[in-house]
Amino acid sequence: MPLPRRPRAVLRPAALRRAPRRSTRHRLAADAGLLAVAAAFALPLVWLVLSSLDTEATLRVRLPAAPSLRNFSAVLTDEITFTPMLNSLLICGGATLLTVVCAALAAYPLSRHRSRFSRPYLLTILFATCLPVTAVMVPVYALFVRVDLVDTRYGTALFLATAQLPFAIWLMKNFMDGVPKVLEEAAWTDGASWTQTLLRVILPLMGPGVAVVAVYTFLMMWGNFFVPFMLLLSPEQLPASVSILTFFGNYGAVAFGELAAFSILYSTPVLVLYLLVSRRLGGGFALGGAVKG
Amino acid sequence: MTGAVAGRAGRARTRGAAPAGRGRTRLLRWSPLAPATVLLLLFLAGPICYCVCLAFTDTQLTGQESASFVGLANFRQAFGDPAFRNAVALTLVFTVVSALLGQNTLGLALAGLMRRASRPVRTLTGATVICAWVLPEIVAGFVLYTFFARRGTLNALLEQLHLPPQNWLFTLPILAVSFANVWRGTAFSMLIYSAALAEIPQEVTESAEVDGAHGLRRLWHITLPMIRRSIGTNLMLNTLQTLSVFGLIWAMTRGGPGNRSETLPVFMYDQAFLKSLIGYGTAVALLLLLVGAVFSAVWLRLMREEV
Repeated sequence: MPLPRRPRAVLRPAALRRAPRRSTRHRLAADAGLLAVAAAFALPLVWLVLSSLDTEATLRVRLPAAPSLRNFSAVLTDEITFTPMLNSLLICGGATLLTVVCAALAAYPLSRHRSRFSRPYLLTILFATCLPVTAVMVPVYALFVRVDLVDTRYGTALFLATAQLPFAIWLMKNFMDGVPKVLEEAAWTDGASWTQTLLRVILPLMGPGVAVVAVYTFLMMWGNFFVPFMLLLSPEQLPASVSILTFFGNYGAVAFGELAAFSILYSTPVLVLYLLVSRRLGGGFALGGAVKG
Repeated sequence: MTGAVAGRAGRARTRGAAPAGRGRTRLLRWSPLAPATVLLLLFLAGPICYCVCLAFTDTQLTGQESASFVGLANFRQAFGDPAFRNAVALTLVFTVVSALLGQNTLGLALAGLMRRASRPVRTLTGATVICAWVLPEIVAGFVLYTFFARRGTLNALLEQLHLPPQNWLFTLPILAVSFANVWRGTAFSMLIYSAALAEIPQEVTESAEVDGAHGLRRLWHITLPMIRRSIGTNLMLNTLQTLSVFGLIWAMTRGGPGNRSETLPVFMYDQAFLKSLIGYGTAVALLLLLVGAVFSAVWLRLMREEV
């Protein structure tokens, strides 16, 4: 504890004596508060896990009478799990690839060259990151009907890629700003073109940054429901985020156990990816770059 | 500043090297922007312009040929439509309760408590809250549907406590979906505020302590003013995110019962696709887009110094 700046040293002994007790009390209170919130947040998640193991799952949390993996084996068929997951992977994987390539290319001149035009461009990009994409979906659908892109996986991927692009460019540009220019200038002196410089010098140096952009983009797309819900119609093209609705479709009794099992299968890739990236770069990985510039 | 100077120096050098092909060099230099710009123009700017055009027509899902220009009729219809006003009111309730009060306050409280709590508790809480955030939207919707359903977990808890159970999704659907959105979105605020609180210099906190500012007074006079930029950013981003929530509400209530949880995005979808009034639905979308644009612009002003 550094010394106080004002002449209040007289108060210090008392404060010192009180301090440990008070801080313990504070810590216990904080712990209790956090545990209460954590319990409230955990309850729905507990339902998800317990129900997936319970063949007679209901709407409420309860311990399965006979835990089994039967729900999982019931769901793991071509029609219910593999086709939708493959669709998700094709759509989101393709779109992520497109987004990352376009964002890396766009970030390069924005980060390296100055001109009258780069600041307005960046401001427009930042403005676009915030627009509610939900609101444009009706005109996007109408437009896709006209140009015959509706109900195609590549059309959906193109739109998803574009919707994530502003944020990806912004993030990528900020990561690229952190790469020192000296190495690049050395590469130029050796006669490298800008493509070589970007591919061989800058991108390898900002590997973790590129990984963050890719993973964040993929996470957003994997969880996106509205875009494929609007743009894809035929059942064999639907990604997992939309096909999950079929559990509720046939107005009979919903097999909650199977729904939970499928939800877990569908969520696992996202949770794993998030863990991998956040471990490496600390909790609010994307936010640091996004919010604070 | 130094960057600008370096940039100018760089340009001066290329100018000296190749005075003739300067235009071409510049074009080449900015060419990497092309793919992203083309995509953005085609699939983002395009639909927005199309949105503006469609909103003034009476386009319907069937029979595109019959569409004609109707001026402001769609907007007049919207403002006279009780269902639209209902959607606006519900959107306001949803945004205020879940984004401004719920996510923002709970996020700040969690971030503050985490600085005092012991390490295992902090890790556990952080993991749970973030898990709720990372889960796909539609899964969160289903999980919370079961939580609030008549025979769901919340009522089971109330029965245990000998309190009367409620049919949450029927009596107060908008509150149920608001709480669902708090469940899903608090992690974002928590992460922003954790970062902001960690940046308050230790000396400031300590001298406030020494000067006798404790508890609420310190929060009000020291902490909140010091993180006001993060508060602004967080409020804007929360609001924008909440304005476009669709999947969560769709999975939980489909806007029902009746239209008592029908926020603007759900209303828009309902009009455009279930009632086939694309023109009218687009007019609603345009209004939503305008509100979003205003919030974006305000946020941009907050961020201005950082670009």
